[in-house]
Amino acid sequence: MTKFLIKKLSYLLFSLFVVATLTFFLMHAIPGDPFTQDKAIPEEILQAMFKHYGLDQPLYIQYIDYIKGLLSFDLGPSFKYQGRTVNEIIAEGFPVSLCLGVEALVFSVIAGITLGSIASFKYLKWQDHLTMTIAVLGISIPSFILATFMQYLLAMKLDLFPVARWGTFSQTVLPALSLAALPMAFIARLTRSNMIEVFQQDYVQTAKSKGLNSFQIVTRHVIRNALLPVVTFLGPLAAAILTGSFAVEKIFGIPGLGQWFVLSITNRDYTVIMGTTIFYSAILMFCVFVVDILYCFIDPRIKFQEVRGSHD
Amino acid sequence: MTESTTLFTPLTAEERSLAKEQFNFKASSFWKEGFIQFRSNRLAFTGAILLAILFFMAIVAPFFTSYTYYETHLKLKNLPPSSQFWFGTDELGRDMFTRVWYGARISLFVGVMASIIDLVIGVFYGSISALLGGKREELMMRVADILYSIPYLLVVIMLMVIIGPGITTIIIALTITGWIGMARIVRSQILQLKQMDFIKAAVAMGASRRRILLKHLIPNCMGPIIITVTLTIPSAIFAEAFLSFLGLGVQAPIASWGTMANDGLSALRFYPWRLFFPAGFISITMLCFNLVGDGLRDAFDPRLKS
Amino acid sequence: MQRLLAAFTLIALTAVSCSPPPPSGEKRQEIRLNIHTDPPSLDPRKPADTTSSTVIRLCFDGLMRRNEQGRQAFGVAKSVNISEDGLTYTFTLRESVWSDGTAVTAKDFEDTWKTILSPNFPSEFASELYILKNGKRAKENTLGMDAIGVKALGDYVLQVDLEYPIPYFLDMLMTHYFFPVPSHIANKDPKWAQNGGDLYVSNGPYHLAEWKHYNSMVLLKNPSYWDSQSVILEKIDLYMIEDEMTELSMYENGDLEWIGSPLSSIPVDALGSLSTEKDFNHYQIAGTYFYIFNTEALPFTNKHIRRAFALSIHRQEIVENILQGGQTVATSIVPPSMWEERNSYFADADISLAKKEFEIGLKQLGITADKLPAIKLSYNTNSGHHKIAQAIKEQWSMALGIRVELENMEWKVFLDSVSNHKFQIARMGGIASYNDPIAILKDYQYANSRMNQCQWSNKKFAELIDLADHTKNTEERMKVLSEAQSILMDEMPVAPIYFYTGSYMKKPYVKSIAISNLSEIDLKYTYLEQK
Repeated sequence: MTKFLIKKLSYLLFSLFVVATLTFFLMHAIPGDPFTQDKAIPEEILQAMFKHYGLDQPLYIQYIDYIKGLLSFDLGPSFKYQGRTVNEIIAEGFPVSLCLGVEALVFSVIAGITLGSIASFKYLKWQDHLTMTIAVLGISIPSFILATFMQYLLAMKLDLFPVARWGTFSQTVLPALSLAALPMAFIARLTRSNMIEVFQQDYVQTAKSKGLNSFQIVTRHVIRNALLPVVTFLGPLAAAILTGSFAVEKIFGIPGLGQWFVLSITNRDYTVIMGTTIFYSAILMFCVFVVDILYCFIDPRIKFQEVRGSHD
Repeated sequence: MTESTTLFTPLTAEERSLAKEQFNFKASSFWKEGFIQFRSNRLAFTGAILLAILFFMAIVAPFFTSYTYYETHLKLKNLPPSSQFWFGTDELGRDMFTRVWYGARISLFVGVMASIIDLVIGVFYGSISALLGGKREELMMRVADILYSIPYLLVVIMLMVIIGPGITTIIIALTITGWIGMARIVRSQILQLKQMDFIKAAVAMGASRRRILLKHLIPNCMGPIIITVTLTIPSAIFAEAFLSFLGLGVQAPIASWGTMANDGLSALRFYPWRLFFPAGFISITMLCFNLVGDGLRDAFDPRLKS
Repeated sequence: MQRLLAAFTLIALTAVSCSPPPPSGEKRQEIRLNIHTDPPSLDPRKPADTTSSTVIRLCFDGLMRRNEQGRQAFGVAKSVNISEDGLTYTFTLRESVWSDGTAVTAKDFEDTWKTILSPNFPSEFASELYILKNGKRAKENTLGMDAIGVKALGDYVLQVDLEYPIPYFLDMLMTHYFFPVPSHIANKDPKWAQNGGDLYVSNGPYHLAEWKHYNSMVLLKNPSYWDSQSVILEKIDLYMIEDEMTELSMYENGDLEWIGSPLSSIPVDALGSLSTEKDFNHYQIAGTYFYIFNTEALPFTNKHIRRAFALSIHRQEIVENILQGGQTVATSIVPPSMWEERNSYFADADISLAKKEFEIGLKQLGITADKLPAIKLSYNTNSGHHKIAQAIKEQWSMALGIRVELENMEWKVFLDSVSNHKFQIARMGGIASYNDPIAILKDYQYANSRMNQCQWSNKKFAELIDLADHTKNTEERMKVLSEAQSILMDEMPVAPIYFYTGSYMKKPYVKSIAISNLSEIDLKYTYLEQK
């Protein structure tokens, strides 16, 4: 087992290294620099800024310096937000996005599986159509429109929730709901579809004839098997949600990590781009790894070695 | 002797003609049967008809309106729907009705193309990696993970600079990483299917990998595949809107539904029709795609055949 | 028994005087604003952006500062002596202290300015200090720090030598570019300005007590400020909401006392209905929105073609229908708030003249209209630029029969294209750094400077700019500058479109928020009216 984990870890580190390298060269290849603003500044001032941050060095030297820093977990200073380091930015933003993300995920998983199950039990009846219409709305209304709408209706007009900002629990509700809509819809549909298929299987018929009631059938057999695609979908989704959503955080004025992914690129804040990419990549690979392990628990037929081939 | 040792007795010629009369037996294929079943599913069929109407309008409607999508009437800006402007006007006094149908062309084209490409690449990548197993599978999924992690915006800006803005660039940008979700889902399904008896039987019988893939594995993934596709289309449409928002999408004055929805967002309180029509059409289109998707799955998914 | 009664009375009186919050109707002197984004830096020596400069101006005080009426007044300096030739300023400082009690001395100013001008210090606005003698040479490292024209002659006497005798130097001192930093703190700890609080020692009306990055800031009245009796507000809350609609909702919900310029902006779609409300105000800003022509790219190498394009723009239509914020049409590049001189060089939407110029230009280039190369109008993605560009494209099409393509680029890609001169027409805009016409005209002096993206040059123009810098007499100087602008407006490497206005909304009980015509906001004298 330990051998497996060590191997896993080394693959992860290698992948992170590849991601870092590709991102580094890609971001230097596109036009723009961190310091040019609308108001043009004289050449020597610009050069002084470049020199101070080491951006006047040849690219491969900048790369080596960056990797060196990376090995000691130092992600460097931000170029635009002078005086702040990338480590600080991530350390401040991530907990906020994490909290919001967990709330959204928990809600979407519970609501999604519930809706999907109801729909599959009442296949082709009105409950099915209703729940699936709700699900479709969740997929077809983008999160920023939903967020704006909810903010307008529930916060401003009906005064049920605060309009924006972050700090109390009630300030987390609307943003979490906006984020949860899409995954909930998708989970509901996947659950329903898989459950319907599973219902037709022989072993379910067997269970029924054994005298198990519906609830027992569902919990003991059906959910587990229907969960596979849901879990697959959740892997990268969790990574995305946990690291923050740009649109929702912007609309509700939430100081999370989400805005940085877009902001750093529009600002050409190189170190922040690298830092957020590597961080996101690490989380993503971790989530995918967890999902792969989960496969084995959900469906014991998928043998451990099959997943991500640990046999040489 | 015949009865105890024979397991299977074919019909005689007489019995066959009798059966034909009785059951009105027409020779049928998997696909033909599927279509018939689809047609009888009223919801799905309605969805399909609506989609057809949408596509038709997208292609034809712009030729018949009295306005173009770019002419501005600055004094007639932000007007609610009226007999002169069926969907009202936007902030530059342009006819929303015409713009919605031009936008339909862009959104539908981008959405469908990106989804088809994602579908094809994703299904094959995912299934092949799951079939291969072992180190090759590990490598393939690693590559997918790495590709997924690279900031997608950087790639898009790069493409913009090299190829220039436009629909092709957007579609390329969307499909570079769009297929990964589908690949993962297909892979997970196949990992599960691989263990099933009927696959093991097919392998034992000596069926080629290609045959197993095309005839057994992929059709059995239909359910999740179809659902994922119905998710890819709106996410492609919204991704395009987001890119345009950053300056990486279609060039003004052409607008897609996504960009119109974006622009209409800040006008929600004052001129709601500017948001309502583009966003409404996106929702209707998604609803139709989903209904059709459900219908397709009900009709063609072999696992649902009782 | 008596003592008990006395004690009891004392306790009762104390309890009454430390009573709970004042009866309803009386407002605390606390205000909440939205600054839209986290300031990139609060070290007065580094940033050039508006958010940072706003907060810095609340926390620091310079030699000069605007008074309650918005006029130039003394700040840390209490008097100044200007030499005959206008090159030497001797300031006598009042005795004031930093928020930690240390005295604010002339050395603080000298150290700060020299640091900004040192070759390796990453200050974005160092070029503003080139007005100091040898400032530029020090930055370029051709001369040492000691050659810079600033010297502390004593604890409270500061002597400043200028490169040339400008009349607006005192005005410049009101910007944060010349504010002092506490050298005893800043030299010891490079992170002193990163988190507010005790380490962020300042000398201004307010003190940054708390800074939650990308979230909020709390400023409290600074009791050590030399003019603290003029400061009435006790507390300022600054939020960082990026979304304009959310900000508007918060204002309407009573969560903010002020929204809009200069800290952020009111969504354009809301302007139509909000501009009639009583909370709504707007003011003129000394800034211009304009298009520039790349004078090295066909067909804009020819001045008549440039004039044709500039003259056929219908600015009034744009101002009324797209902007709706009370902006004024710009028929000159220098905003009218900067001088009262004749400031109009052509008529808006002069289509007939435009057509004539177009013909002349084509003839001079030796081509016909259909042989014109494809023309692109570039701008960065922003709904405002978008709409204006589309409207102007239509106007050019109707007036000159030309189809111009719109090129909407991502922000940094746009900036990069412009500085590498890969454009034909590009959108520009900006507010002057100080209140003198030369702030705007100077950019076009040399063809190869980074600020002159149109690559235009004119010998007489360059000479006039130099002359203006060396003319002491204000009237004469204005004449020189006026002549310079005439040349610029005749050659039209730039096509002015409109002058900025700022729109904001504030609660009626908020008084005395000062905004200069350079769109700098000051809350020193702000208070909430009790009623």
